[in-house]
Amino acid sequence: MSTLRALAAAQAVAAGAAQPVATVRHLHLSRRPLVLVPLAMAGEANAPLAAMVGAAPGEGRLLIVPQPRNRDQRFAFAAELAATVLPYLAGHRGATEAVAVDRGRDVRYRYLDAPQLLVPNPAGVTFLRLLGRSTRFRRVDGEYPVPPEVPLLGRWLTFFAERAEHPGSSALLAMTQALTLHWATGQSAVEDLHLPALLGWIAPPAGLTGAGAAARAEDPSVCPPAGPATDPGFDNRLLAPAVEAYAAAGDDEAARVEAYARLERLLRDQLTPTWDLMWRGLGLLRALPPGARVAGRWDGDRDAFTAQSEHIDEGGAPQPRRDGAVAAAARLHRLERAAATYAVQRAYDDPLVLAEYRLTGEAFVGEVVLADPARVDDSGRRPVLRPRIQLVTTEPVLVPVGASLCSPARPGQKARVVFVTPTADGKTEVVLELSGGMGRGLTATPGSVPEVGQRLCYTTLSEAYVPSGAFPAVEETPWTHGGPPDVGPAAVADGAPPPEPEPDEAWA
Amino acid sequence: MTSSEERLATIRGGVPPRRHNARTIAALTGNPGCTRRAVLDGAGVDKPLLAERIGFPAGFGQSRFAITRGNAFEAQVKADGGTELLRLVAERLGVPVPATASWTDLGHGDDPAGRERRSAALLAAALPTAGSAAAVFAAPDVAAAPAAPDVAAAPDVAGAPDVAGASGAAASEDGGTGEPAAALFDHPLLGLEVAGRRVHLEPDLVAARLGGRFHVVEIKSFPVIDGQADPAKLAAAAVQSAVYVLALRELLAAYGHDPQLVSHEVVLVCPRDFANQPVAHLLDVRKQLLVVRRQLDRMARLDTLLAAVPADFTADPAADPATLVGSLSQVPARYAPDCLASCELAYFCRHEARGQTGTLGRPVREALGGITDVAEVLALAGGERVADPERAQAAALLRAAARLRADALGGVPA
Ligand code: SF4
Repeated sequence: MSTLRALAAAQAVAAGAAQPVATVRHLHLSRRPLVLVPLAMAGEANAPLAAMVGAAPGEGRLLIVPQPRNRDQRFAFAAELAATVLPYLAGHRGATEAVAVDRGRDVRYRYLDAPQLLVPNPAGVTFLRLLGRSTRFRRVDGEYPVPPEVPLLGRWLTFFAERAEHPGSSALLAMTQALTLHWATGQSAVEDLHLPALLGWIAPPAGLTGAGAAARAEDPSVCPPAGPATDPGFDNRLLAPAVEAYAAAGDDEAARVEAYARLERLLRDQLTPTWDLMWRGLGLLRALPPGARVAGRWDGDRDAFTAQSEHIDEGGAPQPRRDGAVAAAARLHRLERAAATYAVQRAYDDPLVLAEYRLTGEAFVGEVVLADPARVDDSGRRPVLRPRIQLVTTEPVLVPVGASLCSPARPGQKARVVFVTPTADGKTEVVLELSGGMGRGLTATPGSVPEVGQRLCYTTLSEAYVPSGAFPAVEETPWTHGGPPDVGPAAVADGAPPPEPEPDEAWA
Repeated sequence: MTSSEERLATIRGGVPPRRHNARTIAALTGNPGCTRRAVLDGAGVDKPLLAERIGFPAGFGQSRFAITRGNAFEAQVKADGGTELLRLVAERLGVPVPATASWTDLGHGDDPAGRERRSAALLAAALPTAGSAAAVFAAPDVAAAPAAPDVAAAPDVAGAPDVAGASGAAASEDGGTGEPAAALFDHPLLGLEVAGRRVHLEPDLVAARLGGRFHVVEIKSFPVIDGQADPAKLAAAAVQSAVYVLALRELLAAYGHDPQLVSHEVVLVCPRDFANQPVAHLLDVRKQLLVVRRQLDRMARLDTLLAAVPADFTADPAADPATLVGSLSQVPARYAPDCLASCELAYFCRHEARGQTGTLGRPVREALGGITDVAEVLALAGGERVADPERAQAAALLRAAARLRADALGGVPA
C-alpha cells in the first residue's frame, strides 16, 4: 500500500465519497465487452446455478440450472453458455494485420480486435477458471458424451482465466479490481470486493453519501451479493423451496413449467441488480481517458487471442491440469516481466501513479536551471554528443551518482546522474548527462535537449527492453526438476495412467 | 460458582451460556487482542442476539444447500462402515492398510456427559501399544491405565459393532501379528475448558493405532481441485482440527498418557476435483495448535480481563439497547476488517471505530505512518503543526504525499 493511495482512502473517509487514484484509465475497454455474472450453488464444487450474460445492457440472457446437483443439467448449462460465448469470440476473428517479427525478416498476423470478458469480482474469475477446468477435458464420445461446444468453451474459459493472471492484460477483468485501480474508497480492501458497496462509494445514488450507499448495499435483501456465492438467506427462504418445487413437479408438465418460471424469476431478481451495476461500472471507467500505453498492452491480448485461436484450429491439446517444470518456470518468468513492465507503464502514463515514486525518492521533478546542449565528449575514440543539464528540485533524490534515469516525457533519451548536490536552502541540484534521442550528428536536433526553465521528471523506472530469460526445451528438463516428462507410448507401456485427464471424472 | 463465574452469569443476563463448538473456538483466534470479544465469548453471551438488539444484526447465515451437502458427503464417506475411510487414511499416512479395524459409533446417546465419559474411556483404551510409538513412549499396559470409568479396560471396543467384516475376535488383533487392530471412532465426544467451562466437541472421526498415533480425521465437503483447495476454507478447517487435537491430547494427558501420541497431522478428507470421490490430505496444524492454546490460556485468565471491566457491565440481551451500547463502549475493542468474517459484533464495532484508519485495514494504517485518526492524518497532511516530535516523520511524509496528490490531480506538469 503506497502512502499516496492510503492518503486517498483517508480523504475518501472524510469526504464520504471515493477519491481518484489515477488520472487516466489503465486498462483497455472493448466497444462490446461480454459481461458475465455467474451464480454458483452453495456447498457444491463450482456448480453453476445461474448466469446472466450478454454484450449490451439490453441483451442480458438469463441461464439457469433448475437442479444444480444434476450433472446433465450442468453440462446443458455449459452448452447454453457456449452458445453465447463462442459466437461472441468468433465475431472477433475477422480482419487481421501483419506484424513484423524477427527484426522485420518475417511477419505474422493478428486479429484487429479481441474479445473481452467482464465479471463482477475475483471470485467470478475463479468461477470461470474452475468451470473451464471442469469442462475442457470432457469427452464428446464414450459413456458420458457432451456436445463439442462444452470442451471448447472450457478451453476458452481457461485461456481467459490464465490471461487474467497476466499483469496488464484486459482480456478478462473483474469489475471490482478495475474500479479500485482508479478509485480509493473509505472502506477496507475486503469490503471493496463487494461490488454494490464499492460502486456506492464511487457513484452514490442521489441523496446518499458514499458511506451511506455502501452501508445500504450490505443488506442482502436490499442489494443481492454480486456472486458467485449467493446470500444464505436467499438460499434458505426462497431458492430451496423453489428448487424443491421443481423437483417435486416431476413429470407433471404444467407444474414443472410453473416451477421453472418461478425459479427463473427468483434468479433474475438476484442477478439483475449486479448486471446493472456492471454496466454502470463500465460507464464510469469509459469516462476516463485511456493511458498512452494501454493500446500497446491490448496488442498483447490480441496476440494471445490469435495464438489461442490458431492453436485450437490446428488441433492442439487443451491446457494441461498442471504445468510441467519448464513451462511453469517460463510462465512465472513471463508474469514477473509483465508485472515490472506494467508498473513502469502505469507510472509513465499517469502523473498520479508516478507521484508514488516521487514520494519514495525513485523519481523527482525539478526545474532546468542550466543547459549545455552542445557539449561533446571527445575523450573516447570518437567524439559523441553528450549534453548536460542541471536541475533544481525540492523533492528527495535517492538516486546514486552514475545511475541511469529516464524522463517519461522523453522516453527515448537516457540521463546519467553526474552530480547530486544538496543546497543550503534544502533543495537538491542534480546534473545529468544526456544520450540518445537527439539526432545523428554532433549537434542536437532542436527541442531534443531540455531548455532552461522547463520542469521535468526523471526516474529510475525504465521502459528499456529487457531480454527474456532462456529456458531449456521440455525434452531437456533438468533432472533436478523431475527430468523430461514421460510422453506417449513409453508411459502407456509402463502401465502408467495417461497424464491427461481422467475422462470419466464425474461432475456430480 | 466462583466469583468469576457469577460475574460472567451477570454479564450474560438470566440466560444459560451459549454453547461453544470447534467452529466458535476457532473463531476466538480471529482477533485475539480484543478484550471485548474475550469477555463476551468467555461469558457465553449470545452475540448474534446482542448485535441485533443494538441495531447491528450480523450476517452470518449458512446455506441449507451447504449444510445438506456437507452431511451427505460425510455420510457417503462413512457409508460402508469405514472400510474405504480406513484405506484412505492408512494410505495417506503411508502405513499398510490393516485388514480389519474396529468401528465404534459414539455419535449417539442423549446425555453429553455420559457420551463424553464413554468416548474418553474408549479412546484412552485404544493406545497404540505396538509399533514405533510404543518404542518412544513407554505406554502403560492398557489394562493398567488409570481407572477408566464405565467401560471394560480392554483394547478392543466393548460392545462396538464390528463393521469391518471381521469377527469380534479378529477385530482386536490384526492378522494374528499380535498388534492391536486399528480402531476408528465415529463422532466421539471430547471436552475442553473454555473460560472455565466445559465445552463439548465432536470431531468427525478419530483414528487410533494407525502409524502408531491417534489421528483426528475431518471430513469436509469443499473440493480439492488439482491438489488445491479454497485457502480460506482450508485455513478454517486447520484451526478447527487443531481444537480437536488439543482436546484429544488433554484427554490422554488426563489418563496419564503422553499427549504427543495424538499426531499434529490431521487427515482431511475432501471430495476430489469435481467428483464425489473422497481423497485424504495431511494438514500440519502445529501452528494452529499454538494459536488456539494461547487464546484458550487467555480465556482461562478471564479474571484478569474482568478486573478492568466496569462492575456494572452488562451484555444481557434483555437490557435496554441504549444501556447495552453504553455498556459495550466501556470495554475496549480492537476492530479490524478481519472481524467482518469472524465476529458477530463486527458491524457495531466498525461503526464505533469509524473515522479511524484501522477500519481501512492494517496496510493503510501503516502507510499513513501508524496514525490512528483520519482527521489527524488529514490535518497533518494539510500542514498543521506537529506537537509530538515522534510524529514529525509521519507528518512530513503525509505533507509531501498531499502536495504530490494535489499537483498530479491539478494537472501540474510532471
Ligand atoms: S467485532 Fe468487535 S468485539 Fe468482535 S473481535 Fe472485532 S473488535 Fe472485538
